[in-house]
Amino acid sequence: MKHTKVIELEEVAIRFSGDSGDGMQLTGTLFSDTSALLGNDISTFPDYPSEIRAPQGTVGGVSGFQVQFGKKKITTPGDLAHVLVAMNPAALKANAVFMNPGGTIIFDADSFNDKNLEKAQFKTNDPFAELKLEDFSLIPVPITSLTKESLKELELDNKSVLRCKNMFALGLICWMFDRPLDYIEKFIQSKFGKKSPLIAEANLLVLHAGYNYGMNLQHMTPQYIVHPAPIEKGIYRNINGNNATAWGFIAAAEKAGLPLFIGSYPITPATDVLQALAERKDLGVKSFQAEDEIAGICTTIGAAFAGHLGVTSTSGPGFALKSEALGLSVMAELPIVVVNVQRGGPSTGLPTKTEQSDLLQTLYGRNGESPVVVLAASTPSDCFYYAFLSAKIALERMVPVVLLTDGFLGNGSEPWRVPMMSELPSITPRKATNPETFLPYNRDPETLARDWAIPGMEGFEHRIGGLEKNNAGGVNQDPDNHQKNSEIRAAKVEKVVDMIPELELAGEPEGDLLVVGWGGTYGHMISSVNAMQEAGKKVSLAHFNYIKPLPKNTAEVFSKFKKIVVCELNMGQFASYLRDKLPEFEYRQINKMKGLPFSVFELVEKFEKILEA
Amino acid sequence: MTKFNYTAKDFKSAAEVRWCPGCGDYAIMNAVQKTMADMDIAHKDFAVISGIGCSSRFPYYMNTYGFHTIHGRAAAIASGVKSANPALTVWVMTGDGDSLAIGGNHFIHLVRRNIDINLVLFNNKIYGLTKGQYSPTSDRGKITKTSPFGTIEDSFVPGQLVLGSRGTFFARAVDSNVKHTQEVLAAAALHQGTSVVEVLQNCVIFNDGIHDYVSDPKFRSERQLFLKAGQPMIFGEEEDKGLIYDNGRLKVAKIGENGITREDILVHDPTDDNIGLQVALINMSLPEFPVAMGVIRSVEAPVYDQEMKKQIETVQQKRKISCMDELLHSGNTWTVDGENCDEPVKFFNQKCFE
Repeated sequence: MKHTKVIELEEVAIRFSGDSGDGMQLTGTLFSDTSALLGNDISTFPDYPSEIRAPQGTVGGVSGFQVQFGKKKITTPGDLAHVLVAMNPAALKANAVFMNPGGTIIFDADSFNDKNLEKAQFKTNDPFAELKLEDFSLIPVPITSLTKESLKELELDNKSVLRCKNMFALGLICWMFDRPLDYIEKFIQSKFGKKSPLIAEANLLVLHAGYNYGMNLQHMTPQYIVHPAPIEKGIYRNINGNNATAWGFIAAAEKAGLPLFIGSYPITPATDVLQALAERKDLGVKSFQAEDEIAGICTTIGAAFAGHLGVTSTSGPGFALKSEALGLSVMAELPIVVVNVQRGGPSTGLPTKTEQSDLLQTLYGRNGESPVVVLAASTPSDCFYYAFLSAKIALERMVPVVLLTDGFLGNGSEPWRVPMMSELPSITPRKATNPETFLPYNRDPETLARDWAIPGMEGFEHRIGGLEKNNAGGVNQDPDNHQKNSEIRAAKVEKVVDMIPELELAGEPEGDLLVVGWGGTYGHMISSVNAMQEAGKKVSLAHFNYIKPLPKNTAEVFSKFKKIVVCELNMGQFASYLRDKLPEFEYRQINKMKGLPFSVFELVEKFEKILEA
Repeated sequence: MTKFNYTAKDFKSAAEVRWCPGCGDYAIMNAVQKTMADMDIAHKDFAVISGIGCSSRFPYYMNTYGFHTIHGRAAAIASGVKSANPALTVWVMTGDGDSLAIGGNHFIHLVRRNIDINLVLFNNKIYGLTKGQYSPTSDRGKITKTSPFGTIEDSFVPGQLVLGSRGTFFARAVDSNVKHTQEVLAAAALHQGTSVVEVLQNCVIFNDGIHDYVSDPKFRSERQLFLKAGQPMIFGEEEDKGLIYDNGRLKVAKIGENGITREDILVHDPTDDNIGLQVALINMSLPEFPVAMGVIRSVEAPVYDQEMKKQIETVQQKRKISCMDELLHSGNTWTVDGENCDEPVKFFNQKCFE
């Protein structure tokens, strides 16, 4: 018997890619879940086209899913993949640039025919030479014909047979990485078992065929071993950012003792937040799919007026539509949370790709002086905590809060140690108690937060609105009153600084270069800063979750470094905000507008240049 | 026996009413306040929501909960209020610009969903607050500041829009006829689901007299047909005219002529699910027809806010997850408890969160 080549790795990244109808997202998810169950830390990155079914076989229609897992803390899905599964030539073409030199490419040999090569616009019939991939370990596997072969006993139509191809690839990869199949088997049973036992049987047969194929052809397939990661004790689950956001809101409502209302409108990549909440009728969540983005936030404001925790979810273009109503909640001082799962813009832009380019829209994109609190989550699982915290700030300070996440966080997933509710801080809504002294805009002298009385409460009847007002909520457009109220609304947001923690550094408190990031780039930022530190460079990371207000020690932290560089997936929005807020520092910028996350490699390279300059 | 013995006065707030002298809004407010007093529901359970426009100042003048929101969005905000708390009695005060132009989408979807909200549509066929531009109910050719040579577009007929949106309640009244407006509002208040009441309202400054031809009390019985459920649709000073079908089309017939008797006159049925005759009534215009007043359509249908509540209750009866801790630990979870594993650290360990 020939020996298998065994490669032991600290971390490995696999990219599954095929037509958008090939089931690559599911394949990737199942593999990720299996790895997480084995105790690996993981990070995933779905990369799919905005068309549901783009033309088959074309580069534009390629759907990919990358997962990195390892025996240590994994903070990114990996810049480059060690293993690529390519279901057709287009998938190879679209993903060749994401390959680690010398990596392994498994491809469906059946689909590498003239027709498909032409569709993928290869000029020759040797796509590997054309893409300069000759040095890679190429493993041709006749996935299509082997799938057909293994299902020939079943009475299944051709279309259904072909839909099982992804399971062959999955089985093969599971063998390569020594993953047991039981979790995937259970999933298939529960998904198809009852409805269509035949489909379940077919998927299981093909999954095993793929696994056995790997085992039987050990001579040509390298096997990888990745040991479990030493992580915190606890109960874990996989969670993506959008689900974590939704759950954070439910947790906040439970803590606050309020019902949760979401008024929202479907928009990529934020729709999952609405879906995840619509599912939770068991926990009393009221979900309202509105007629448009505007009605999404308006129903939310209405629910907040009626005493609920009101939240709405959206992405860039939808956020633009919500701006006028967000201004109303600033003026009326109603506690709502808007989550903006950012995507590439402007206009419809790149709906399925990630970007951080709504920051200035969020901070300034409304008429009038219209300050809101702005938070940004930084990993898929911490979306839970920042959603929770957004709600806490809104309810305790009677102020609208915008939570920024992005497509990368929303769709990306990671294992998460689930907390007990008792670990979370309390939330105390500012319910009015004394009808004798109540006026809707009487304020707490410390926080400037107003009291909240809701329809149905006896003796607190009052009127509020979008017009400038007096303490009783009545219209008042006196010059001094508007001046005073504008200052109060601004100060109220600034005072939230007392609720948020100080800025923490990853690395030494002083040094040659301070790397500044915010929001969803955290994984890539920390990995690249760690790499710099391991190379002995005096580089630290300040990653912001609190945008407005900024943590109170920000200037002090900045002052201890010779150079500061602000990295973001836009043209420099946080950098301009910092120049406005803390003009005493000089800010260098690293910006990327490709609809893709940073790569650790490119960041390290740029940091080194800045240090040398 | 009533619980509260409210009068209309009990619903007036201390705020000074600032509509133009002679504005039709005063009469409508009186009718609304009287209606609310008669409803015998506590002040605290009323929420009056408005958008932007002259009529939308309404909530400030009411001694209830009120929210004066933004242009066109009252229907959407009220939808949130009522869905969140179906126990509230929610009124939307709006105008033809607010609800049929900038807020048209929210208006039709409120009606479609059939949320239990009473919407009073003040139709003065003009933009008053911005001082005289044409609105979506201005007649073709109307000369205004933004149509100095006359409009070149047709207007909405609000009732058509309501029925086209599968509305369950539509009624019409004239501002100056306070008693009738009040009757109509009372019927709207009783209706389960979205009730739309179009009030033909006079803007004394920018469109004075726009409804005069219809509303002139001297010719009321000739020019208006007051609909009553189960009654023949008869009008005229002498109660000698009525509506009949002639070759499938609605027609005014004179009783006693051409063999027409009272029995031949069509009987009004606002509860008829078929909207055919109701749309025909909505479309009637002078001089061929009188203008239909009163409750034109009132049918029963599932009510959104009740359905939302019911659905949650139904799901909760057989729920497996009843609190957040259970949800967090549901589904695919695994335990990490290795020797090389650290103790967990709380995410919120900073003291400012405690």
